[in-house]
Amino acid sequence: MATLNINGRDVTVDVPTDMPILWVLRDVVGLTGTKFGCGMALCGACTVHLDGQPIRSCVTPVAAATGKKITTIEAIGDTPAGKKVQRAWLDLEVVQCGYCQSGQIMSASALLAKNAHPSDADIDGAMSGNICRCGTYPRIRAAIKQAAKGA
Amino acid sequence: MNTVSRRDFVVVLTSAGGGLLLGCRMGERSGTATAAAAAAPPPAFAPNAFIRVGTDGRVTLIMNQVEMGQGTYTSMPMLLAEELEVGLDQVQLEHAPPDDKLYANPLFGDQETGGSSSVRAFYEPLRRAGATARSMLVAAAAQTWDVDPASCRAKRGVVTHGPTGRTLTYGALAEKAAKLPVPDKVPLKDPKDFTLIGTPAKRLDTPDKVNGKAQFGIDVRLPGMKIATVAASPVLGGKVAGLDEAKAMAIPGVRQVVNLGDVVAVAADHMWAAKQGLAALAIRWDDGPNASASTADVVQGLDAASQQPGVVARKEGDAAAALAGAAQKIDAVYQVPFLAHATLEPMNCTVHVRKDSCEVWTGSQTLSRAQATAARVTGLPLEKVVVHNHFLGGGFGRRLEYDWVTQAVRIGQQVEGPVKVVWTREEDMQHEYYRPYYYDRVAAGLDARGKPVAWTHRIVGPAILARYLPPAFRNGIDPDGVDAAVQLLYDIPAIQVEFVRHEEPVLNTTFWRGVGPTHNVFVIESFIDELAAAAKADPVAYRRTLLSKAPRARAVLDLAANAAGWGRPLPAGRGRGVALLFSGWGSYLAEVAEVEVSKAGELRVHRIVVAVDCGTVINPDTVKAQIEGGVNFGISGALWGEITLKNGRVEQSNFNNYRVLRMNEAPPIEVHLVRSLEAPGGIGEPGTSITGPALANAVFAATGKRIRRLPLVSALKA
Repeated sequence: MATLNINGRDVTVDVPTDMPILWVLRDVVGLTGTKFGCGMALCGACTVHLDGQPIRSCVTPVAAATGKKITTIEAIGDTPAGKKVQRAWLDLEVVQCGYCQSGQIMSASALLAKNAHPSDADIDGAMSGNICRCGTYPRIRAAIKQAAKGA
Repeated sequence: MNTVSRRDFVVVLTSAGGGLLLGCRMGERSGTATAAAAAAPPPAFAPNAFIRVGTDGRVTLIMNQVEMGQGTYTSMPMLLAEELEVGLDQVQLEHAPPDDKLYANPLFGDQETGGSSSVRAFYEPLRRAGATARSMLVAAAAQTWDVDPASCRAKRGVVTHGPTGRTLTYGALAEKAAKLPVPDKVPLKDPKDFTLIGTPAKRLDTPDKVNGKAQFGIDVRLPGMKIATVAASPVLGGKVAGLDEAKAMAIPGVRQVVNLGDVVAVAADHMWAAKQGLAALAIRWDDGPNASASTADVVQGLDAASQQPGVVARKEGDAAAALAGAAQKIDAVYQVPFLAHATLEPMNCTVHVRKDSCEVWTGSQTLSRAQATAARVTGLPLEKVVVHNHFLGGGFGRRLEYDWVTQAVRIGQQVEGPVKVVWTREEDMQHEYYRPYYYDRVAAGLDARGKPVAWTHRIVGPAILARYLPPAFRNGIDPDGVDAAVQLLYDIPAIQVEFVRHEEPVLNTTFWRGVGPTHNVFVIESFIDELAAAAKADPVAYRRTLLSKAPRARAVLDLAANAAGWGRPLPAGRGRGVALLFSGWGSYLAEVAEVEVSKAGELRVHRIVVAVDCGTVINPDTVKAQIEGGVNFGISGALWGEITLKNGRVEQSNFNNYRVLRMNEAPPIEVHLVRSLEAPGGIGEPGTSITGPALANAVFAATGKRIRRLPLVSALKA
């Protein structure tokens, strides 16, 4: 048994402590917005925030989350940075298939929350762990800059 | 500019029976939505398979083409809404159920979304469907008022009688319209009167894709559902030789091991247990006849096949004689490797097989094939198989296949209750249907001034359409395999294009954001660059002189060259390359790529400029987005993409050894659209095919090195 704080709510789950947070969210709690892409922290689709820090939930065990706050795509719109990012994503029509975008938005929101005016290099640093096979990178970059302007 | 009220927009999924409605826009999870599904009241007015109007005024458009990022869930409604005279904010969408009779793509004859075909295929049929419905609603209003229908007009779902100003809503007219005969022929709008088509409409599918609500196949959750992961034989044709079931069953959460002989599944309470259970099985494989297959064997087979003449796919003049008499002769062999699609959503399918029915939940580009395979496996009649489609987390042609659906149904037959089968990334990458390895021989003869007088192109590879769409494979020619090669636009008096069918049964192959053009455009546009170099001519100027009969091609070439600053000096180590594309997609593209190659052979793409003439544009922002995405898909493939075989096994397994483009490597991309009223052309795939040759030609400009075998980076480092 582990008690996790997910999107501001305490949730008790009966799972092994080495189980990655990704599968707890998707298969046990039923929050499927966080995506499975690679299972090895190579693609970023599973990105969630742990106390505001972006982490790859596919390789982060439940044990690492006890006493910390997990934020997922389902609740990121409740944060100022997340809200701005979501709006910019829609204004600039970033999304194509959309499968990677939960992770992209989580990484971008974490970047903007700690760096209100990221440079291109900052964007490269924060976003290069998130793969988009549809190739929406130019619009992701533009949307982060637009979201920053609204800061 | 059309604005869409996102809050009002509801995506509704329907089952084959037509009665189940899943409101995923409402934030329900699909499991609860299914459980709570209620039989919808029959629509008051359903004049065709694409439109339903309820007495409450609710307008539902049925989406026969699936959404995988290409924007079809916006462009298809735009076609319907334009003629139906409703706003995009007034409509709800439903996924169409599998039904080849109602929803076949006229370009293929079955219900499929691929080949950059949706707008090309449905530009007229969907406008006609909308116009027919609108004319019946107007007729119903005219009848009510006893006036001439010509004195009435429709707008935003309301019919107005011009002289008196009386109005009736579509909802109020639905029942009456339903009783009227469906007219055979209705006039379509003159394109100059379009109010929606050609405007940058906001996409209808994206609001739920930024907040986690959008339901992909992998997100399906059903009461009592188990989650399974699988290992198929790592060598095509291999069998299970042994496994340790007890060790898997000892993992907490594991419920069942299913051994089908060629594939093993572990069903569990969650994916983590399933993965651990699968690993604990320590499966031993009998690799079978392909145990020693390697990439070198494949290339050897292709090379041997390329020594023989193929079936002639295009013939102009006498190419052999013209070649023999040319002042200068150039020949080359071009090769492109196997490629994985690596859709970010791994293959997955949820099934519930019962004694007398089968339900399937997945994301498929070809719903009727998914339904048919489930019927074949279970022995059930088609109507007993219900397929629920979802958003696709990338398609690119991978989801035109249905192997994972077949596999999931086989597993589902052995499992009590619903089971979601999810492939790991490794399973996905190593059990793909890959872009084939192609091997091309090209030769050209130049006259004394460097002008080409002869061109021969022999294409060697599998005939995917012979397997996938047999009626399309005629006289030994796969029209997709030779696509772009047979449409060669350059003025050359003698041309011969041949196709040699050569199947390599060691790997399954299929479409990959195009197929034929993904290698033919690389071959043609690299080789024409070689001819320009042999003629000591500028690559843009050389192409230009050969395009006297192709004004649309010359226009995009000029547009791209001017926008890219072609001819302006670049720093040392940098080069610009150009490429041109025309194929069965019907669109004309020109691209200029600017690259930098370091002394160590590292390749950096600095800038991409694309000019596009795709005829009539439905949603200009979608065209731009598709070109941007296609270019980036092409960069991944051209720079690094390569699947290799050793001992019958695919050597790549995940994104650490199958490299794809990332943010820090993605260049700025400019897309310039040509205004045109020509018939619409495809835009989903061309950006990919044109990018490889533009990059290879830029590498030549930067380094003097001509690369005839992709990927570029390994060739540069060799």
